[in-house]
Amino acid sequence: MSVKIITGNSAAALGAKICKVQVISAYPITPQTSVTETLSQYVEAGDLKAEYVRVESEHSALTVCISASTVGARSFTSTSSHGLLYMHEQVHWAAGSRLPIVMCCVNRGVGAPWTIFNDQQDSLSQRDTGWIQLYCKDNQEIIDTVIQAYKIAETSYLPVMVCYDGFLLSHTMMPVDIPKEKDVDKFLPPYKPYLSFSKKEPINVNPVVFPWKREDSKGVVRDGYMELRQKLNEALISSKDTILNINNEFNKLFKRESAGLIWEYNTKDAEVCIIGIGSIASESEEAADLLRKEKIKVGVLGIRCFRPFPKEEIVSALKNKKYIIVFEKAVSYGFEGIVASEVKSALYDGGIKTPLFSYIAGLGGRDVKPSDIASEVKKALLEMKKKNFKNQTKWFGC
Amino acid sequence: MPKSDDNICAISRPAIGEAGKTGDWRDLRPVIDYTKCIAAIKKKSVCYACWLYCPDGVILPENPVKIDYEYCKGCGICAEECPSSAITMITEEKEK
Repeated sequence: MSVKIITGNSAAALGAKICKVQVISAYPITPQTSVTETLSQYVEAGDLKAEYVRVESEHSALTVCISASTVGARSFTSTSSHGLLYMHEQVHWAAGSRLPIVMCCVNRGVGAPWTIFNDQQDSLSQRDTGWIQLYCKDNQEIIDTVIQAYKIAETSYLPVMVCYDGFLLSHTMMPVDIPKEKDVDKFLPPYKPYLSFSKKEPINVNPVVFPWKREDSKGVVRDGYMELRQKLNEALISSKDTILNINNEFNKLFKRESAGLIWEYNTKDAEVCIIGIGSIASESEEAADLLRKEKIKVGVLGIRCFRPFPKEEIVSALKNKKYIIVFEKAVSYGFEGIVASEVKSALYDGGIKTPLFSYIAGLGGRDVKPSDIASEVKKALLEMKKKNFKNQTKWFGC
Repeated sequence: MPKSDDNICAISRPAIGEAGKTGDWRDLRPVIDYTKCIAAIKKKSVCYACWLYCPDGVILPENPVKIDYEYCKGCGICAEECPSSAITMITEEKEK
């Protein structure tokens, strides 16, 4: 075991290095920059035998990864905020091509106006692109999730976005147990690309497809656009089991106790459940402890895997709760919090009508203290107990 | 992921008919007047500008020049490029 005190960005770069990524292409953007910097240093010093491709934009960065991954190279990129949005077209393209690219998204708010600070609007607004999205709550989870992400991606042929909060994790130092390379080699076999390329049998990848199925020149029936889309959706849904299995395997091998899809903190006897993603959820643990001291039975449910959405797991975790309060760092303008919507839709399918309040919090880096979360929970509970449901979406601290 | 499914992403092979019989996309049909075609007049393998410019490779550089109507989409580039104006585009209805 080798424990080092490192930042979240160092953990991400180390994770990619231990996975022996073969192609790295990225463009610097705050707060992600030091991931790319660290990786370029590894390559320059000869510590990592990878091709580091410098590009003029994030759109090109992901395109390089797409091309490299297509022909069988383990590819890595990382970005934040506007960088992620600039590559949006290729984000869809990577998933549609079913390429196991791993990308770290260091969560930051989105302009206008400019902000360099943390929230989760960037990656949550990429929800419908067909990527697996995993959110980390501390630096240990960042390195572990990057390593797991390659195995998940290369097993299910889906790209994985490893998301973690900008500055709160990316630039904060924590003790991290760094897995040994030889153990990771055992855990993560070499990447086998889905398609094989040869001069004898050339193929075109991603040609125009039609609304209908067609027979190709060899008489093989090829899918139309809708069949391919349905398969992508089914692959995402069935990747839930893959994520769970790989997480269990990783935990056993590296002696961890981290959760695969959702994690729970003191929820067993809880009447009130706080839900969150990333570091706001781990802060809520402290808030829950504060509230427990006041004899309010509060637990926390953290969502690690946002896509595929762990609907059944969330429903069973919330079955016996009396009140649900979501804290999240993103909003779907014109409606409500993105995570709150997802949780509500899961509850509807599960036949649960538990009152739910949601807080839009910490946008553009506004500080969210555990004591603030605790006092807002108390206020929300008062309203819920009075059955006052006029204002279920609240703006934290505004 | 079972490798038995050949179809998780879209691919095609560079082969005739890979995208189906594209000739039915055609509104205008290129028709060659062999009394004007340079290769036909000279009875030599010359010119072939139509073959060179055809974006779909459906013109055969033989003598006389032939067009594969199963796959010709009727774009009209051959008619535009022919130096002796030997190719005319005729609407398919007229032909019928």
